[in-house]
Amino acid sequence: MKQMKSVTLQNITKTYDKGKVLAVDDVSLTIDKGELFGLIGPDGAGKTSIFRILTTVLLADKGTATVDGFDTVKDYQAIRNRIGYMPGKFSLYQDLTVKENLSFFATLFGTSIEKNYDLIKDIYEQIKPFNNRRAGKLSGGMKQKLALCCALIHKPEVLFLDEPTTGVDVVSRREFWEMLKKLKQQGITILVSTPYMDEAVLCERIALIQNGRIMSVDTPQHIIAAYPVKLFAMRANNIYKLLSDLRKNEQVESSYPFGEYLHVTLKNGNEKDTGELRSWAEKQGHTHIEVKDIEPTIEDSFIRLMNEKKEMALPHS
Amino acid sequence: MKQLLVFIRKEFYHVFRDRRTLLIMFGIPVAQILLFGFALTSEVKNAKIIISDNAKDANAQQIIHKIKASSYFLAEEATVNYTDIEKVFRKGELKCAVIFPPHFGNDLLRSGKAQIQIIADGSDPNTAKTLINYLTAIIADYQHQISPAAALPYSIVPETRLLYNENANGSLNFVPGVLALVLMIVCTALTSVAVVREKELGTMEILLVSPFKPVMVLIAKAIPFLALSIANFTLILLLSVYVLDVPVKGSLSLLYIESILFIITCLSFGLLISNTTNSQQTALLLSMMGLMMPTLIFTGFMFPLENMPWIFQAISNIIPSRWYFLIVKAVMLKGLGFEYVWKETLVLVAMTVLLLIIALKNFKKRLA
Repeated sequence: MKQMKSVTLQNITKTYDKGKVLAVDDVSLTIDKGELFGLIGPDGAGKTSIFRILTTVLLADKGTATVDGFDTVKDYQAIRNRIGYMPGKFSLYQDLTVKENLSFFATLFGTSIEKNYDLIKDIYEQIKPFNNRRAGKLSGGMKQKLALCCALIHKPEVLFLDEPTTGVDVVSRREFWEMLKKLKQQGITILVSTPYMDEAVLCERIALIQNGRIMSVDTPQHIIAAYPVKLFAMRANNIYKLLSDLRKNEQVESSYPFGEYLHVTLKNGNEKDTGELRSWAEKQGHTHIEVKDIEPTIEDSFIRLMNEKKEMALPHS
Repeated sequence: MKQLLVFIRKEFYHVFRDRRTLLIMFGIPVAQILLFGFALTSEVKNAKIIISDNAKDANAQQIIHKIKASSYFLAEEATVNYTDIEKVFRKGELKCAVIFPPHFGNDLLRSGKAQIQIIADGSDPNTAKTLINYLTAIIADYQHQISPAAALPYSIVPETRLLYNENANGSLNFVPGVLALVLMIVCTALTSVAVVREKELGTMEILLVSPFKPVMVLIAKAIPFLALSIANFTLILLLSVYVLDVPVKGSLSLLYIESILFIITCLSFGLLISNTTNSQQTALLLSMMGLMMPTLIFTGFMFPLENMPWIFQAISNIIPSRWYFLIVKAVMLKGLGFEYVWKETLVLVAMTVLLLIIALKNFKKRLA
C-alpha cells in the first residue's frame, strides 16, 4: 500500500465574492483510508465549500488537495471516476421514479444495479417497495436512502456525504448512521458533514469547524477528554434569571443554556464546587435548584473551542 | 455511448412528465397558427354593410345582387334615411353603407350618369379602404357589363396577378413567420431551461462529479429537443397545409434540412443562455422576453424590414430567424431550390458554428 491517506488538504483557502467572503480559511487535514470522518460545524462554517473543493466542482484560491492520491485540480477527471458524492440539497430527479433514478446514475457511472447490488442491498431493500414512486414524492428519510444508493452504486473509493441527515427524522437518522458503519466495513472511506453535534460521536474522527477554520481534529472521545475544566449542569425555577445571575458572578467562567439545563464552568473549578454553586444560588433567591457535575459532550467542546477562538481573535480586530 | 442514450432517455422522461413543457412545446405553435390564421388576419371577410335601396329598380337590384354574392360582405337591405345612418354607425357594428338614390336606374339609362353613395367607417381606415375598393370594383364590373367595351374608344384593362399566391391567401406570409418565431422561442427557451434546471436542483453537481464528460451533458440535453423541435416543425407544417391551405411548393426535404439547421442554431443559443444563467426564471425571461420582441420585429413577417431605419435593418441581420424566414419563404412558398437560398443558409451555418463554439467554451466543468 503506497498511500494510506485517502484525502489530504493542505492550506486550502476559499473566498467568494472576489475575496470578500472567507469561506475556508487555511485548512489542512488528512483522512486515512477506510476512515469514517466527520466534519462538524454549524451552517455557514465552510463544510460544503470543503466538500466541493474535494469533489473537484470548486477550485480553491490557495492550497492543494488530493483525493485517493489524485490532485483535485490537475486530475479532476480521475477523481470524478472514483468518488461518490451526495450533495447537501436533495439532488436526484424528482420526476423520475426510484428505479429510474438509480439505473440512470448506475449507467452514468458505467455500471449497473445488478453489478454492485450487494453494496447497496441493505439500503435498497428498504426503498424497493417504492420502486415506481417518483423521487419527489418520497419522504425525507427515503430520499436520503435513495440518494445514498445513487452515490454508492458505482462502488466508490471515497464517499462524500454533505449533511446527509439534515431534515431527516430521528429514526431515519439513526438508521442512516447504521448504514454508514456497514459501508465502512467494506473499506470505503467516508467523509460526512453534519451540523448535529450528537452525530459526531458516531464518527471515528472528527474535525470541528467554525468560520472556515478547523478548531480541532481528533477522535470524539479525545476531544471530550481534552475538555480542560469541570462542567456543571444547573437549573432552577427561573432559569432565565439564573443565567443572568451566573453571568454576573465573577467566579463563573462561562454559562450557556443546554437543553433544559444551564451548562456552567468555573474559574479553577473542581467537583466540590457543586455545593458552593448551590448555596450561591440559594443566596440569590433561587428555588428548586439542581446542580450536578457532568461529562462534557462534543457540543460543549465545540462551544468552548469557539469561545477560545473568539477571545484569541479579539485583540486583532 | 450507452451513457449518452440513457441520458437522452432521461431527458425525454423529463419532457413527457412535465405538462408545462409539453404545453409550451406543442401548445404555443398550435395556438399561434390558429391565431394568426383566423383571428389576426388582415383580410376583410364578412364585413357587415347596409344597403339602402331608395331606387327599387332593376339596375339597383342587379348591383345589390352582385354585392350580396360576394363573400366579403354580410349585406343587409334596409331603408335608412340619411340622418339615421350615423346612428347605426355609432353602434360600431356597421362597417359600410351603400345608398342608392331614388331614380337610380332612370338616371343611369337616361342621362348616362348615376350616383351611388358609399359611406365607410373611417375610424378603421384600412378596412374602410379595402371595402370601398371591393365595392367600386363590383360597381365597375357592372358598368362594364351594361356598356360593352366597344362603347369606349380606348380601354386599358389591367391584368393583375398575385404571383406565388394566386388566391390572395393571407395565411401565406405568416406561416414562415410563425415557423421562425415558434422554433426560435420554443427551442431556445426549453433548452436553456433544461440545463439550468439541473443547476437549480443541484443535480448538476452530481453530473459533474461523474465520469460522464461535462460537454456530453450539453449534447444529451440538445438531442431530445432537436427531435421534439422537428416534431414541432412537422406539426406546424401539417397545420398550415391542411388547416390554412398553404402548400409546400418547393422540396420538402430541403425545407426539412434548412429547418433542422435553424433548430440547431436555436439550440446552440439556448445552451449559451443556460451556461450564463443560474436560475430557470432568468433563463426563461432571457429567452422568452429577450427573444420574443426582437424575433417579432426583426424577422420581417409583421413589419417590413425595408421600411426600417438602417440601424434596425443592421440589427435584423444578427437575428437568425430573419434568415430562416427568407429561406422558408423561398422554398416553401416560391418553390425555389437550394441555389437561391445558399447565401442565407451560409449565414445560418456561420451563426450556428459561432454560437456552438461560444456555448461549449463557456460550459463550466466546475460549479463556479
